[in-house]
Amino acid sequence: MTEQKEEKFYEKKISRRQMLKYTGAGAAGIAIGASGLGGILNVFGMTAPDDDESAINKLNFYGAHQSGIANEVPTHVYFASLNVVVKTSKELQDLFKAWTPLAVRLMNGEPVGDSSPNGFVPAKDTGESKGLDASNLTITFGVGPSLFDKSELGLTHKRPSELKQLPHFPKDQLEDAYSDGDICIQACADDPQVAFHAVRNLIRAASGKVTMKWSQAGFNSYPMKKNKKQTPRNLFAFKDGSVNINTKSKKDMNDTVWVQPGESATWMTGGSYLVARRIQMHLETWDRTALGEQEATFGRHRDSGAPLGLNHELDDLALDRKEASGELTIPADSHGRLARESGERILRRSFSYSSGVLDSTGTFDAGLLFISFQKHPKQFIKIQNSFGRVDKLNEYITHRGSALFACFPGIQKGSYIGEALFTSL
Amino acid sequence: MKKTAMLSTLLAVGIILSSCNTIENDTSAPQENADSSIGLQEETDAYKQFALEQMDQFVMETEKFVTAVKNGELEEAKTIYPLARMYFERSEPIAESFGDLDPRIDARLADIQDEGLGEENWSGYHKIEYGLWVENTTEGYEDIADQLLKDAKELRARVETVEVTPDLMITGSVDLLNEVSTSKITGEEEIYSHTDLYDFKANIEGAEKIFEILKDKIAAKDADLVNELTTNFSSINELLAKYEDGNGGYISYLELTKEDTKALSEAVNHLGEPLSQMGIIME
Repeated sequence: MTEQKEEKFYEKKISRRQMLKYTGAGAAGIAIGASGLGGILNVFGMTAPDDDESAINKLNFYGAHQSGIANEVPTHVYFASLNVVVKTSKELQDLFKAWTPLAVRLMNGEPVGDSSPNGFVPAKDTGESKGLDASNLTITFGVGPSLFDKSELGLTHKRPSELKQLPHFPKDQLEDAYSDGDICIQACADDPQVAFHAVRNLIRAASGKVTMKWSQAGFNSYPMKKNKKQTPRNLFAFKDGSVNINTKSKKDMNDTVWVQPGESATWMTGGSYLVARRIQMHLETWDRTALGEQEATFGRHRDSGAPLGLNHELDDLALDRKEASGELTIPADSHGRLARESGERILRRSFSYSSGVLDSTGTFDAGLLFISFQKHPKQFIKIQNSFGRVDKLNEYITHRGSALFACFPGIQKGSYIGEALFTSL
Repeated sequence: MKKTAMLSTLLAVGIILSSCNTIENDTSAPQENADSSIGLQEETDAYKQFALEQMDQFVMETEKFVTAVKNGELEEAKTIYPLARMYFERSEPIAESFGDLDPRIDARLADIQDEGLGEENWSGYHKIEYGLWVENTTEGYEDIADQLLKDAKELRARVETVEVTPDLMITGSVDLLNEVSTSKITGEEEIYSHTDLYDFKANIEGAEKIFEILKDKIAAKDADLVNELTTNFSSINELLAKYEDGNGGYISYLELTKEDTKALSEAVNHLGEPLSQMGIIME
């Protein structure tokens, strides 16, 4: 403990002895590390909570960009879309202010509030993540076009022109129950209960200020090879994400994902646009499709993930290659070819979902919660348009939900989620 | 409701049973009973007074209802039915304290069947509701009506003996909202008459009464909570007012759209979250 910190500590009028008692370190005289101190003061509600670097399996909340975008894709997501019912910009701002310390605590693997001896009130934290660590939880906040339509909030003039409902794409069968929303919260974690707990507690803290529009849980599973995570497979058994943005490359991220100064509204600099699509995958029809046909649909081999005609997953697509018959090896209507030919890039962060049985058909309600990040929605739009009516995959999938959100830039200590939206001119 | 009453009986048994296994295990258990009645005598007295008034009215209205049934006045009985029940629903935290009486007065057929019992064990308001709305008659329900009045009077007498605690009030107010969330909002309470909105309103009024009584005590701890609750109670009352039928009553549950029930449900949940904080007065 540094001299300076100790001084501050005494200012708060808690004796060292009392603190040691609370931390259980008294007799042993264990020194409390600098990072631990913040955590303890948090318990007393004295400082805004900070990232606790000593927490297990913890990712940072504060930083240049929001968490949950450049971070490695974990095994679970709980995605929620909310509508706001508050009537003023101030109330909305207060909501984001109130969410900030809760998000920090959640990402530290801590409960959102401390336990109270008063048994006549409900516990501050809903409690189901007790005993679980931070599980690499990330929480990403964004705002949808409809928020700016609410004139009473007075944000209309801050709406970036590209933040509008995505256009209708061929074969879209969108349902309101899985589309749009004023605010999104994307909680990703390596534990489904940790992800759900985060969203649940944030929504509970916003009681009376938001209503739930739609939500979706999703999962990914990573095969391991020589201790290295392999590309996960979607429910059609094909590897999803073989060609993706290298999130470790600053250049790739700046070119593709992070909004640069002047590229959008000023409050979006450092942020990113999130596209969510709830894509139903018709498992029953897929499963009765011959393997060769399935592979021609994606333009890749199923087991190896290699482009058709090649042997390795990461081999570049041989777009010009032809069979002896003169046919293109990777068919003109294959999903992989069309994506590549669009010439656009996006950061994909998708998850599979299975949500019971569809009432109307008696089939699996399963598919892909497609999530992508890009600095401009047009990147996604261009790719999706290139699939158009041509994409062979269309026979096996139906887009049922769609939403676009502007995810804020990263949050600095002392600031709060989305501050620039409220303070920018 | 009966279901709740039976559940709480089961829970109580469960607690007794489990306590045998977990001796001194849980040192973190909150001290619920410490000082629980200090300084709240006035409030608990006021609430008991309220409950007794409601019970008096309940007996009077039930008497009118029973008379109509026995006189074969079908329409009259249908008119009184939802109104008489409101007195019961308002004071439910107390009315349902009696595990034997509550089901005799207020059980739905499904509650009886859940118990493994048959229709012959069914009595009370909902049985007559079935006669009035499904069979469209009062005939054959005279004995049930007589029994109902006897039970209502017995309930009134026994409420006199209830010890009202702050805990009963605090828990009761949230329970009233939970009742709304789980059965009124889904139309499962009044499946024949579809008068669920009357019960809905009465449950809210019952919760609001408790809030009114405790208001000053809450304000001493957290003035913002009082403001929030005042606002949320008026929001839900305004929302409910949209469904008045113009004759002092409410439209049928069947006329509500999915959007209507969703809006009502969200308003109940928005009220319930801060309402659950009233327990801060026990600190």
